[in-house]
Amino acid sequence: MLHDAWVMAQKDLRIERGSRVVVGQILPFGALILILFGLAISPDLTVLDTDRRSVLAQVAPGLFWMAVFFASLLALGRSFAIEAADGNLDGLKMAGLDPAGIFLGKAGAVALQLLILEILLGFGAFVLYGAPLTSIVLLVIAQVLATIAVAAAGTLYAALASGLRVRDTLVPLLVLPVLAPVLLAATLATEAALFGPTGSGWSWTMLLGVFALLYVGIGMLAFGPIMEES
Amino acid sequence: MPIGRRGAILKQRSAPVSLEFVTNLSTTLDGSAVVRMEGAISLIDQFPALAGIDLVIDEGEIVLLRGANGAGKSTLLRLCAGLAPLGGGTGTVLGHDLSVREQRRRVRRETGLLAHETFLYDELTVEENILFWAKANRVDLDSIDPVLDRLALAGRLRNVKVSGLSAGQRRRTSLAVMVCRRPRLWLLDEPHGGLDQAGRDFVDDLVQHAIGFGATVLIASHDIERATDLSTRTITIGGGQILDDGRGSSDEPATSAEPKKSDSPAETQKSRDDASGDDGAERHAS
Repeated sequence: MLHDAWVMAQKDLRIERGSRVVVGQILPFGALILILFGLAISPDLTVLDTDRRSVLAQVAPGLFWMAVFFASLLALGRSFAIEAADGNLDGLKMAGLDPAGIFLGKAGAVALQLLILEILLGFGAFVLYGAPLTSIVLLVIAQVLATIAVAAAGTLYAALASGLRVRDTLVPLLVLPVLAPVLLAATLATEAALFGPTGSGWSWTMLLGVFALLYVGIGMLAFGPIMEES
Repeated sequence: MPIGRRGAILKQRSAPVSLEFVTNLSTTLDGSAVVRMEGAISLIDQFPALAGIDLVIDEGEIVLLRGANGAGKSTLLRLCAGLAPLGGGTGTVLGHDLSVREQRRRVRRETGLLAHETFLYDELTVEENILFWAKANRVDLDSIDPVLDRLALAGRLRNVKVSGLSAGQRRRTSLAVMVCRRPRLWLLDEPHGGLDQAGRDFVDDLVQHAIGFGATVLIASHDIERATDLSTRTITIGGGQILDDGRGSSDEPATSAEPKKSDSPAETQKSRDDASGDDGAERHAS
């Protein structure tokens, strides 16, 4: 299974290296969302005149994760578009690869691409929104766990829709409701990492860990039957 | 057709080639059929693409599937590959039951399908594609270079992205992937399509060598003349059913592709139409 996962992840990352869709299209898309949020909410706006932080800085964690989620939808769609082309999904079936391995490989490649995306968008968010940072350790762990959860759940639902003509519009409808709890936990964990205190942040991070485990587990079990039907 | 005659035809077409990379498959089915279907049904979106197929293919046979477009040839190949669902009846391929999911996965591992789709990633080069599928199939990577050489993919094409290849070059790359896998059952859907003369000759040579090393080949083709020369038996399919399994009666030649006799003249004509289908149209066109 791990061999198959490694082979799949290598292939997906090699395709991205050659096509540069994440760097050339998805990253600019995420950056645009951050900029548009910044324009929609004035940097000078405060709830009270005495507030030290602007509204934009206070809602920065939520805006950042919304940008990541929207960008991830493109990355997930792309991940299965390459399998839908020219019967490649049938090719994978013919190769006799372990479905759980295929799932782990594809989710792993998406997660790695999203992590790179998050690092770059994170720098953008700090610059644009002027948010502080209290605990980088909490921030990194929360980000990694949330990314695994997003990649796993997204890969599963993208696979589910991959055989359908309406997959491009269906994937967001399927994925976003499932990821709503992840968005909530990731936002609150990031908020704690930025503004402190970090106590509640670790609780939310543990919840993110549970989500990540749950989605990876379900994905490994369900991917085989989904592949059979697609 | 006797092996000797097939060999003579191939010798006329092309010079002898080295195909040592098609190694011994060491396959034995203890005399049982490679493909055995009884009343096999396959539904595609509720449409019975195969509507009760009875078929037996023995080890070492080269079987030509002929029939009009939509007759069910490609679906039958996909069923034999474990890709199309078995919606009714029974079917075994290489001893594995097609109605059992785990056994269908084994069928896929042991068969090679050259389909209309190439199973190639446009964004990867020829070499990267072949390496990926070789690793996915756990193939010895040392066996790749001879295949690339023989399929004229080892030169400048090696590092060209598949999106930049012609249809024939894509077909050759697809064929290279299949050869690297060394399947026990070769399922070839229009294997000569898009290939130049040398490529077509090479496919024929490859099939002969695969048979020599224990494989069985099922070909769906509209290039009837070439495919008939290559095959040991012709099966005619129409309307999702076998019209003639090519075994015929004792006084008929094994390669006979005549449709089944029918009591009604109208049915006889319909059977002939089904059997010839666009093959005839293609011959007229050419």
